[in-house]
Amino acid sequence: MKYLLMLFDNEDAWASLEEAERNDILGSYFAYTEALTKAGAFVSGEPLDHSSNGKRVRGARIEDGPFADGKEILGGFYMIDAKNLDEALDWAARCPCASTGHVEVRPIWNVGN
Amino acid sequence: MTDARAIAEETARASYGRLLAWLSARTGDVAAAEDALADAFRAALEHWPRTGAPSSPEAWIITAARRKLIDDARRRKTRSDGEPALLLAAEEAEARANEEAPFPDERLKLLFICAHPAIDESVRTPLMLQTVLGLDAARIASAFLASPAAMSARLVRAKRKIKAAGVPFVAPAADQLPARTDAVLDAIYAAFGAGWNDADGAEGVSDLAGEAIFLARLVTKLAPQEAEAWGLLSLMLHAEARRGARRREGRYIPLQEQDAALWDRAMIDFAEAALRRAAGHERPGRYQIEAAIQSAHAAGKLHGRDVAKDVVRLYEALLAVSPSTGAEVGHAAALSHVNRDADALAALDRIEPMRIETYQPYWAVRAHVLQRLGDPIAAKTYDRAIGLSTDDAARMFLKERKAGPA
Repeated sequence: MKYLLMLFDNEDAWASLEEAERNDILGSYFAYTEALTKAGAFVSGEPLDHSSNGKRVRGARIEDGPFADGKEILGGFYMIDAKNLDEALDWAARCPCASTGHVEVRPIWNVGN
Repeated sequence: MTDARAIAEETARASYGRLLAWLSARTGDVAAAEDALADAFRAALEHWPRTGAPSSPEAWIITAARRKLIDDARRRKTRSDGEPALLLAAEEAEARANEEAPFPDERLKLLFICAHPAIDESVRTPLMLQTVLGLDAARIASAFLASPAAMSARLVRAKRKIKAAGVPFVAPAADQLPARTDAVLDAIYAAFGAGWNDADGAEGVSDLAGEAIFLARLVTKLAPQEAEAWGLLSLMLHAEARRGARRREGRYIPLQEQDAALWDRAMIDFAEAALRRAAGHERPGRYQIEAAIQSAHAAGKLHGRDVAKDVVRLYEALLAVSPSTGAEVGHAAALSHVNRDADALAALDRIEPMRIETYQPYWAVRAHVLQRLGDPIAAKTYDRAIGLSTDDAARMFLKERKAGPA
């Protein structure tokens, strides 16, 4: 089963961090990706650029980011392969983002079934 | 009249499990008993602040629960099978309430039901927490990394099964007793372990630790002849006594580096006393050996003794009695502490890869051992342990270890 882990966090906090603190966070994410890969659970994953560089399209209307949806903004994702929801939740809990923001776990809809 | 509210809440805390066990044992229906009790406590919270708390709060509660049970039985006239038992229980409850006789404590039966072989292993601990302690599903769910709705559904299914399968509310027969007691103790220990995930395996924080200790104490009180119950109580008290020393400024502190002045010495004394009670029965088992390991660690720090070799021997005894991935990893860590890192690595290599793929303590110990052996692969191995950690304190500790010499 594939699951999408959506990582929500305070994206403005990053700007105020020291170099060492940033490296520390990147190290945690690197390690997490490594653990996912070694366990054969990693499908794909990317960090997202600041939401001020994002756009929203609704019909012909285009809206510029950032979007005032709240403090925690979608900042990255992992697509993982897990046996079941429990296993996907275990992976979500290990994500560094689960300690600082929150991780939304969504099963991929298998249209064929 | 907040006093009446306080008395209602106090009665709920102190008597919930006892009253539920008593009602369930007579009706064979945990869910119905829960509903009746919940109704009775709600009524108490409504009435007592106005009328004052009754002289015997438990009797009042059981009488109110009786009414609810009878009402429900009448409403379900079409399904008359459980009715006689319900009515009988209600009558007995009233008789006892009138006599103000103490209710016999039947929580042990309830514990045996919760850990019955017919009940799925994954729901045994949540079921105990809900029925014996009255914890709500949301709190239980958060400790087991499940959503409150999913946890509630699991609990409802389990209770339906108890009723439908007619799981009997009796103490197990003598020949089944040891296995059934082990199942109860395992479920209690699972509550203690929920949320633990750290480099030393036996270290960490669990917000259900207090509940687990309460349950273990309950078993030692109701079945004092069970050596393993005393062993489990000792093990958990030892771990809990070190809680205050386990974290400093958000960083995880391994046992060897902890400040023993921050340990709860009174709790360690209790743990030691429990272990002596266990040893008196001369029936060693998994929990007693694990408690002995914790006891050795404590003695080592407190009395400055070198216990590393004793710990290795205790892990070997543990593996002989009750092999598990956790014990194998603990054994490897113990070998490393006596400078047998090559043996430690060999021990780690013997564990099936399937069992340790996502088991964080394995990777933490393996990284440590590889680092001491001067193997450059240690850095990658630390990364894997960091990636499998669920909290920042463990991540921080492992990153420091990765950067510095072991």
